[in-house]
Amino acid sequence: MSPLPQTSSPLRRPARLAVNAGLVIFLALYAAIAFLQPNYLEPGLFMNFLRRAAPLVILACGQLYVILTGGFDLSMGAVATLAVLAASILINGDPETTWAVIGTLYVMGIAVGLMNGLVVAFLKVPSIIATLGAMLTVNGLALAWSGGAARGDLPDNFRNLGWLVWRDVPFVGTLPLAAIVLAGFVALAWWGLNGTVYGKRALAVGDNPRAAELAGTPVAATRILAFVVSAVSAVTAGILIGGFSGVSVNAGEGLELQAIAACVIGGAQLLGGRGSIWSAVFGALSLFALFTLLNLIGLPQALRDSIQGVILIAAVGASLWRTRRRT
Amino acid sequence: MTTDIAKNKPAARGLPVAVLLAGLSIGFFVAVALATGEVAQLGGQGIVGLLQRMVALGLVALGQTFVILVGSIDLSVAALISAVAVLASHVMQGDPAMILPAILLCLGLCLAVGLVNGVLVAYGGINPLIATLGTGLIVQGVLAASFGALQGAVAREFQVLAYGGVLGVPYSILLFAVLSLAAAFVLDRTLFGARVYAVGGNPEGARLAGIRTERVTLSAHVVASLFAGASGLYLAARLQSGTPWIGRDGIYDLESIAVTVIGGTILAGGKGGVAGTLAGVLLFASLDAAFNMLGIDAFLKQVLRGAIVVAAVAIHAVRTKGHVA
Repeated sequence: MSPLPQTSSPLRRPARLAVNAGLVIFLALYAAIAFLQPNYLEPGLFMNFLRRAAPLVILACGQLYVILTGGFDLSMGAVATLAVLAASILINGDPETTWAVIGTLYVMGIAVGLMNGLVVAFLKVPSIIATLGAMLTVNGLALAWSGGAARGDLPDNFRNLGWLVWRDVPFVGTLPLAAIVLAGFVALAWWGLNGTVYGKRALAVGDNPRAAELAGTPVAATRILAFVVSAVSAVTAGILIGGFSGVSVNAGEGLELQAIAACVIGGAQLLGGRGSIWSAVFGALSLFALFTLLNLIGLPQALRDSIQGVILIAAVGASLWRTRRRT
Repeated sequence: MTTDIAKNKPAARGLPVAVLLAGLSIGFFVAVALATGEVAQLGGQGIVGLLQRMVALGLVALGQTFVILVGSIDLSVAALISAVAVLASHVMQGDPAMILPAILLCLGLCLAVGLVNGVLVAYGGINPLIATLGTGLIVQGVLAASFGALQGAVAREFQVLAYGGVLGVPYSILLFAVLSLAAAFVLDRTLFGARVYAVGGNPEGARLAGIRTERVTLSAHVVASLFAGASGLYLAARLQSGTPWIGRDGIYDLESIAVTVIGGTILAGGKGGVAGTLAGVLLFASLDAAFNMLGIDAFLKQVLRGAIVVAAVAIHAVRTKGHVA
């Protein structure tokens, strides 16, 4: 929206700083949790924490791709809802079809992502509007398809993805399947940004699309791929949410803003050009730790929104203050 | 509303988009009314109904136009609308003597939220999306937590705002028309309006030209919050008592941004105006009315709405050279 603040210093060391910001907040919040409830330090409860945080972390990783390229994806929550509702309708109680249906879910997600990317890249519709349109459309389709009510149940082999916990695993004690999905997804997302040329392209496009184009970067393709990654992460998160919360028509409500907030808390810069996968991971873990902490304190559910708002503004303010002092 | 646009904006920025959109909206509305045989919709009652659909979203969108023109954005309006509606009904408690204090208190709250938004964005340098998302969350949370203690209903006399009128024209429409004209006048004919365009178009240039850009951004945020407050008061009058969810359920934050952008105001700031926004609101209102006549179910309505938002923006965005994000 407004032009970038004059904060990008000629010294380009933002990546490590971003790690520190999110990680520090997360460790502080987790320490507070452990202070109130010491058994959160046991591996079992930590694993459980990871299991419940997994959808948000995965969503934040996908959102980060879009944020790096300078956009937003507001359609994530709707895509996650669609994944949950579509799974229950398509599987229809038959565990045999689970894997085929999961494939179908990803196809639907990729279609939404492609649509978003094409509209932004070629129709030049600002992503906030394009993905708002997608959010309304996908939500409407999901509700029309399901008749506006959650129906059907998910079979165990589908729910296990979010639900299953192996006990008596060496070293960690318990190991939830969702934590493995989480680790796998984060590793893939990390590889995409750091192991391939894509990461540099995304940063270049987000920082200055014109310059990136002149330097030969395929700007449109970079943008489109970011939206596809984001939609894929939304489907993955939706599958996990369906696993441990079951079917509901507002499964993904509000998740898109939480994912954006997570990236920002972790130090990613809106409108592109700065951020790493660790911004998303630790930002999301911080946000989830905050929710857990507020829960432990016994704060009314409603006030959680307020605290989240304060943290959001404070995190961005703090990162601005740091960068300003450095220059 | 369209006549206002034509009269008021002789050399207005973005007029073609506004006229085209308004024409299309009205054409669609008329075509659907004729096709479904609901000719009554084209009479006085139908037109008044259509215009009344515009009021709540229209008021927010007018304010949103100011912030977007200045290159910022306001996501806190939905929460603020709920807060104002709840506060108004709580303070009034059905007592007509409390109407004025309630309105003043509500506008005071809006002023405060607008100032906080403006200070965070203009002086704090915090990205407006994050700053206003944050303040919106804060307002929403406090409101939802204290709603139990904030019951009440507006005075019957206050509901005249939504249900009364003169010569068949509801007061709400008159209020909306007056505020639209005022907004258009401020943007087109006053120094402040010129500064808004200058700051949005080129903040550095505006600063070098001696404009205190921070003050202009701050004022735009205050204007947006006050318009959101007006919308909240109108909704309180219509619904008799506010709930903490009316703003969020109406998606007033994102929809006000959508209609503003549909009207040709660009998100980067500096280009656009009230006429386009009104045309965008008219588009949404006539779509709603037409979908009702066609008996399209609520979910399909949402699907079509989403597609139309994207298409409407694409129509004039597609010619953009260079890249958008």
